[in-house]
Amino acid sequence: MIWQLDLIILSLVVICAIAAITVKDLLNASIILGVYSFMMCLLWTEMGAVDVAFTEAAVGAGVSTIFCISAVFQTKRRTKD
Amino acid sequence: MDMILAKYNYWIYILLMMIGLYAMISKRNLVKKIIGMNIFQTAIILFYVSIGAKRNATIPILEHGHGHGDDAARTALDVAAYVNPLPHVLMLTAIVVSVATLGVALAIVLRIYRQYGTLEEDEILEQIQ
Amino acid sequence: MKVLGFLAVAFTGFLLVVAAEDFPAWGDAASPASTHLSPHFITDAVEETAVPNMVTAVLADYRGFDTMFETAVIFTAGMAVILILRRTRRGRDKHAPEDRTDELVHKDLITRTIVRLLVPFIQLFAIYVVMHGHHSPGGGFQGGVMLGASFILLAITFDLRTALKRIGERKNILLANAGLFIYAGIGALCLVLGLNFLDYSALISILPATDRIMAHSHGMLGIEIGVAIAVMAIMVIIFANLASRGRYDKGL
Repeated sequence: MIWQLDLIILSLVVICAIAAITVKDLLNASIILGVYSFMMCLLWTEMGAVDVAFTEAAVGAGVSTIFCISAVFQTKRRTKD
Repeated sequence: MDMILAKYNYWIYILLMMIGLYAMISKRNLVKKIIGMNIFQTAIILFYVSIGAKRNATIPILEHGHGHGDDAARTALDVAAYVNPLPHVLMLTAIVVSVATLGVALAIVLRIYRQYGTLEEDEILEQIQ
Repeated sequence: MKVLGFLAVAFTGFLLVVAAEDFPAWGDAASPASTHLSPHFITDAVEETAVPNMVTAVLADYRGFDTMFETAVIFTAGMAVILILRRTRRGRDKHAPEDRTDELVHKDLITRTIVRLLVPFIQLFAIYVVMHGHHSPGGGFQGGVMLGASFILLAITFDLRTALKRIGERKNILLANAGLFIYAGIGALCLVLGLNFLDYSALISILPATDRIMAHSHGMLGIEIGVAIAVMAIMVIIFANLASRGRYDKGL
């Protein structure tokens, strides 16, 4: 509940979210989604939700990123949009 | 002005949700839409978990709570000293459901690529018609 | 199209901001979310279930039905991925991706050695997280995902076939079924022994030397093990199908 730490991590989260949908290379977007999940995990630890943070670190930053990357490797990597 | 500053966290959560919703509506690439769905889901989970937070409260795990019969040593638990555990439980389910949805969505994307050869929405619509 | 989408999103955001005026301030201990049922959970969880981690107590005992159906959702997602993607007929794909074997086959000696040393410890830690979920943050899902991630690590570092030799397709589906069966089976066992579905007090008659409260704790451990097995199998199934487009021949 320390509001300074909260504000810094929240601004990083918003920057990662905007970057993940703006870059034109899909592999970069998957990695930035992984960074976004890590920042969310930090935010929940700071709010006192340790179980949720553990699950997000294992699921979002681990398994979800690897699913996205393996799907991108089977299709095209560049996108026009 | 004071009310806007006191609730700054809600504005940022709404901004995150709207970023995810915009990616789902307006992007043409299918994988970008799925990434937008994931951002939307985690933003909603963040909003719910923040409802249960309390000032000067600790994590919802009791410290010396492994005995269940010691009545003499049982002190009155201060409810305001522990974070509300109910939103955490509901959001655990939501995180696991979101990864299951991501897996199925990516499987459908791979099947579409196998059939049409592209992942851009307008090219797929041209090939269908 | 993009301008229209942006206008719609901005309008929705404005409506949400107007609705957020009525929300309680952040960190308020007297907010409506913390006043009706959660004080009962906070004060009575240890006395009724002998589990200090309130989140695990609520997840596995007070809201056991939700967790059972969530495990069913995971199971359904794994089966859906198999049904969508799996191909066993030999044949060329119409739009196969370009062959990237030259940039992917460079398997390093360092990563191979370290992964071979690390995977048993990752699995041991995952089993610890499942078993110790009553006293520390953790539980069935986290441990199950970590177990699945250890097999995915093996598949990335070596070959997909190496990982699939350890835990093949048939065994995966069998494990996923077994996990869900353990969960529903403990519930049905409580029903057969005389009380409601998933009411762990009925387990006194088969577990030796426990009282009503410790029976809750043991029942919760049983269902957490079931959840962990099911989640592990489904994570490996989804990865194996996504990484090889359903053919199981050559992974990432």
